[in-house]
Amino acid sequence: MTALIDRRMGIFLAGLFVLTVAIPLGNLAFTDRFVPSYVVSLFGKYLCYALLAVALDLVWGYCGILSLGHGAFFALGGYAMGMHLMREIGDRGVYGNPLLPDFMVFLNYDALPWYWLGFDMFWFACIMVLLAPGALAFVFGWFAFRSRVTGVYLSIITQAMTYALMLAFFRNEMGFGGNNGLTDFKDVLGFNLQSDATRAGLFVLSAIALAAGLLIAKAITNSKLGKVLIAVRDAESRTRFIGYRVEHYKLFVFVVSAMMAGVAGALYTPQVGIINPGEFSPANSIGIVIWVALGGRGTLVGAAMGAIIVGAAQTLLTGWFPEIWIFVLGALFIFVTIFMPQGVLGVIENTLRRRPAARDLTTAREAKA
Amino acid sequence: MTRLRRWLAVTLLLLFPISAAAQTPVDGDFAALVGALPDASFAEVEALVGRIAATNDDRAIDVLEALAEGDLHTLDSNAAVVIVRDVGGDDHAFDALTGESYGEIPRRGSSAIRVNNSLRRAVAAAVGTLTLRHPDPARRLEAAQAAFDAPDPAQADALAAALDAEQDAAVRQALSEAVARAVLQDDAATVPDRRAAIDVIAARRDGVALGVLTPLVQSPDTEIAEAAGAAVERIERARQMWNMAQNVWFGLSLGSVLLLAAIGLAITFGVMGVINMAHGELVMLGAYTTFFVQNIIRTSFPGLFDWSLLIAAPLAFLVAGAVGVAIERGCVRFLYGRPLETLLATWGVSLILQQTVRSIFGPNNREVGNPSWMSGAFEIGQMTITYNRLWILVFALAVFAVLLIVMRRTPIGLQMRAVTQNRAMAANMGIRTGWVDAMTFGLGAGIAGLAGVALSQIDNVSPNLGQSYIVDSFMVVVFGGAGNLWGTLAGAFSIGIANKFLEPYAGAVLAKIVVLVAIILFIQKRPRGLFAVKGRAVDA
Repeated sequence: MTALIDRRMGIFLAGLFVLTVAIPLGNLAFTDRFVPSYVVSLFGKYLCYALLAVALDLVWGYCGILSLGHGAFFALGGYAMGMHLMREIGDRGVYGNPLLPDFMVFLNYDALPWYWLGFDMFWFACIMVLLAPGALAFVFGWFAFRSRVTGVYLSIITQAMTYALMLAFFRNEMGFGGNNGLTDFKDVLGFNLQSDATRAGLFVLSAIALAAGLLIAKAITNSKLGKVLIAVRDAESRTRFIGYRVEHYKLFVFVVSAMMAGVAGALYTPQVGIINPGEFSPANSIGIVIWVALGGRGTLVGAAMGAIIVGAAQTLLTGWFPEIWIFVLGALFIFVTIFMPQGVLGVIENTLRRRPAARDLTTAREAKA
Repeated sequence: MTRLRRWLAVTLLLLFPISAAAQTPVDGDFAALVGALPDASFAEVEALVGRIAATNDDRAIDVLEALAEGDLHTLDSNAAVVIVRDVGGDDHAFDALTGESYGEIPRRGSSAIRVNNSLRRAVAAAVGTLTLRHPDPARRLEAAQAAFDAPDPAQADALAAALDAEQDAAVRQALSEAVARAVLQDDAATVPDRRAAIDVIAARRDGVALGVLTPLVQSPDTEIAEAAGAAVERIERARQMWNMAQNVWFGLSLGSVLLLAAIGLAITFGVMGVINMAHGELVMLGAYTTFFVQNIIRTSFPGLFDWSLLIAAPLAFLVAGAVGVAIERGCVRFLYGRPLETLLATWGVSLILQQTVRSIFGPNNREVGNPSWMSGAFEIGQMTITYNRLWILVFALAVFAVLLIVMRRTPIGLQMRAVTQNRAMAANMGIRTGWVDAMTFGLGAGIAGLAGVALSQIDNVSPNLGQSYIVDSFMVVVFGGAGNLWGTLAGAFSIGIANKFLEPYAGAVLAKIVVLVAIILFIQKRPRGLFAVKGRAVDA
């Protein structure tokens, strides 16, 4: 347990715990809404992004697989949950059809497509949240890693994968709502999605998922398997020559990461209230990479921080100066890659270490290793 | 008044057929024939129309058309036959024979010669036959085509006569088809005549011919049905061939666009190993340079508009190239050997470029015009080739050829290849590697700018222009094999053609998805592309 929760993980989880308690409490306990309701959903969204960033950091930071298609796994998880939420609307839609979601009535569907069957059951949707991204990652990774597609080539084909999925989901004929995606959700498991209590509940769930994701990722990277992953990252051929089945390790971590991204998407959809094909866009997936790079690649905690920092900065800056945000984001990409290869977390820890008063020098060094 | 007179005339005609016949105007007397129109019955007018047409008088077409339109009147004042035309909102009367103007006429000062639908048809047929002898071949062609579109067995003889007199080859062709179709409509025609007509129509080998011949397959006459069936089959086969040719052309066209978009990337990614995510934005800069140049030409030198692309091309090369050099010196050079980081940094650059253009030119599409030599189309057989697509294909191949020569035959090309192959050794030989890096990147970027000039002709010029090409162009380079320009060429055209051949079956979007998936699978099989660079460089 001590190895699992080192100093940076401890601090982060403590901070996360404080947030998880303070934000819903501030929203629900005060009659005048000390914390406005939208802030709860907003932070819930950041936490989903953070989980997504952790998932990407697991493959990129520890195994050297720069996936430019992680947005696809996120969106698949989101769609799986969105499909359940659509089914739960029942006959309260605009057209009042008890079986078909509104967009299907609109597009003259006679019956529910076969791949929508079962999504009226919550447990089934939850399984699909893990299974859909996991299966895609398994098939994709099986082919890619077995034929030793690495580095830049892998990045480009993951990008092609999410691009192809985006084009596919934009098609009305696919039966996923086309351009508009899935929206107008009413409630989940009987709880009204508009109510503050449900929002707070989803927020807490997102926090728990993030903490769990961090701990799982940490457990994987701390294990012997994790050491092999790092070996693959640093010297793939050498690891293979020593006798490890590199592709198996990569495939395992890729599938785990995809499932984590799927969970993040599943929590994201009810809090944002919509899931559409835009989530598959290659630009989104590259955005995830910058969260990880900004926070600190290969640190897990840093990735989560990076996602929250970028998300918050985007919300604030697009509110204050809408024109400026893209410039800032672009500059961030350039600045971080050139001047902060270790990310924000690296900078913070380096500063702390350089201070003469820093007592636990050894701990910090261990943490770095 | 006139109506009464006309009734009287009709009654008189019925009562005294002999005297009426005696009054009948002589054939060939145009004035008399026209003069007889007002007092004739519908049936007689119909006969008169044919005889007026038979005079071959130059004035006949005008008079007959006016008749069909209800614009042929008689003046109440002097009973003259006039054509009423709208002059500045008022009705003016012009003498039907002399063209002399009677000036403005009061609304009730004249009465129209009445026509019915059967008369209008007669007039149309007569005018058609008349136009068949018009001195202008273009008008004759038009008339022949009109006769083809509205076949009338009764006109077959007139058409055949016109065909005998015709000298112009194109008009002869159209006329013989019109005759053939009229014959096919004629139930009284003999079997050999109809078979010959089928052959004439079948020679068109297009959809129209198919439309004419397909119903004949059901003909009760087995010989005709057989001949038509064989002809339909022949046409179908020809059409499939043309369809295939058209698809190949569309594929080549798409391929040339992909080639243009990817060829700069083949330099930066293929030769230097730098993932330049801002490549699409450099293409966009080229397109905006074209827009800017055209804007200046429009306001200051409108006469130069046809030259605008030729002026814009070198400028776009310089603008995009300069930006490329700035990107290389300002950011990429710190990241050599770390391709994934380069990818992120250049993505940042692309965001900044996009937003800069959006701030300056606005987020909307900008209009870039086609110079006259790039607009329009021509036809080869049954396929249509637009000039802009053709020129873009030519341009893409020209850029490719020039690039190949630069890389293979010039000192700078030699230095580029030397630095890529062995940086340390090249530096030892006195090559300024940093400068060569900047130039190589600038060359790739400049070519992206050139691509922008071409793409501005067929795509919307907006800040998002580059985004739509970036995935495609990476696919082309990866598919063709990084580091090999020929691979890029082959990759671009095979992806383009594959895409266009899939489109009729799968639809545009699905075709694209299928191609993407196919490339992903292909890369599994050959991770280094179609034309992989062999040797040690592979693992570096």
